[in-house]
Amino acid sequence: MVSKLKQIALVILMLLGLSCATHLRAENAEMLKAEEPEQLDMTELIFHHVLDSYQWDIVGWETESGEQKLSIPLPVIAYYDGHFICKLSSSFAEGKRIEEDGLVWYMGVPEGRVVEKLLLDTPSEKGIRPTLDISVTRNVASMWFSVIVILLIFVSAARAYRKSLVPHGAVGAVEAVVLFVKDIADEQIGEKSAKYVPYMLSLFFFIWINNIIGLIPVFPFSTNLSGNIAFTATLAIGTFILTNVNASKHYWVHNFTVPGVPFVMKFILVPIEIVTMFIRPFTLLVRLFANVTGGHIIILSLISMIFIIGSLLMSLPSILLTLIIFVLEIIFGALQAYIFTLLSALYIGLAVNEEH
Amino acid sequence: MDLLSPEPGLVIWTGLTFLILLYLLGKFAWRPLLSAIKEREDSIKNAIESANKANEELKQLEATRARIQAETRQERDAVLREAQSLKNSIVEEARAAAKQEAEKIVVEARAQIEKEKADAMLEMRQQVAKLSVQIAGKILVENLASDDKQNELVEKYLNESNFN
Repeated sequence: MVSKLKQIALVILMLLGLSCATHLRAENAEMLKAEEPEQLDMTELIFHHVLDSYQWDIVGWETESGEQKLSIPLPVIAYYDGHFICKLSSSFAEGKRIEEDGLVWYMGVPEGRVVEKLLLDTPSEKGIRPTLDISVTRNVASMWFSVIVILLIFVSAARAYRKSLVPHGAVGAVEAVVLFVKDIADEQIGEKSAKYVPYMLSLFFFIWINNIIGLIPVFPFSTNLSGNIAFTATLAIGTFILTNVNASKHYWVHNFTVPGVPFVMKFILVPIEIVTMFIRPFTLLVRLFANVTGGHIIILSLISMIFIIGSLLMSLPSILLTLIIFVLEIIFGALQAYIFTLLSALYIGLAVNEEH
Repeated sequence: MDLLSPEPGLVIWTGLTFLILLYLLGKFAWRPLLSAIKEREDSIKNAIESANKANEELKQLEATRARIQAETRQERDAVLREAQSLKNSIVEEARAAAKQEAEKIVVEARAQIEKEKADAMLEMRQQVAKLSVQIAGKILVENLASDDKQNELVEKYLNESNFN
């Protein structure tokens, strides 16, 4: 099992090392193209990559007439005050405005923001955000792509067991990781773990696969879904709900009465316990978001240094540093998925068991 | 700040997608996968258990075999001893019987001989008597031709016979 894990790690390292090289090339191309204007806005470039977008850029290039982009238009779906809009993002290209029922929809950068968002003008107000913007953005599309990848891997792995209970090759590697995650749940939750093992497995692989997708720098990868606070928050809420819905009586008694301490101390400890209930999922969401986004920003910043300094000599240390960070990110990608799953299992284990 | 403000749209899509993923993976991946692994664990456990059991049985069998062998050896020795003693006793018996029989035959033979002898003596006596009578007759015919002689003889016999 150990040698199998080593093999997987080696293959992943090699693959990602390879993609790292392409990543650098791709980023370099993007930078070179962006170098022409005197003032290079690296913040915007980095944020454009790290944040969400209404279309999915495949490749961009510079022509005499200006910047050209090959991108996949994605559906823009929004709701405002009884009005629905459902259009492809390409219909908003080049600042086009769409007028419907007295509302004008367009793409613009809201006040204090960096990237474009869907905005609308009403007869009374200008430049407001819709009540609900459920557009299928780049992150959503990437998430669906990851779902397909995950289903392909694990459903086909599960099918391999129909032929033989001892499958060979890649399925063995999948099994090793699946058992690794199952053991986390079993160790932390104990007897009641069987109910939570599917959640833990899905959680781990959803985060891990999305982390890997975020690190591969070419289409259809390179999105920063697992570094998006909305994504991490949703998963943390999932753990929060599971923790509290299935919590034992002991958990509530412990949190609200804190047995075994002097009465006066309870005035301090009960609020602390209650705050802890909410802080736990909050730390989960912040940890994953900050690690993944931080990694992306560091890599992009190191590459940007070449263009900020504007010297070819800078590229060598910059690329070397990027390479180091990239390898670290590959490790962190698995590590963060592990930590998120481990802590989720730990919190659930603390809540559902009678005594701990 | 864009980074720190979660978009509700993405929250909704993530939640929805994750729930669907959870359902699909649970049904088509984790359940078959984990049950297959469980099944394999059980079969390995069973195999080890039955191997241990077979080993145990083999040991018992070996012990039984050794015990039976020892018993058989003892039995064989006992049978041999018994046969030896039986043989001795049979020989002894046969010898005794033979001796008895021989003695009986000798006794019978002796009795027969005695009887034959007696018979022979009887026969001989009869023959002798017969011959004697014949001779006597002949002698008488010759000698008693005269009355004198007859009287003489009667006299003689009467003298010879002792009346006491």
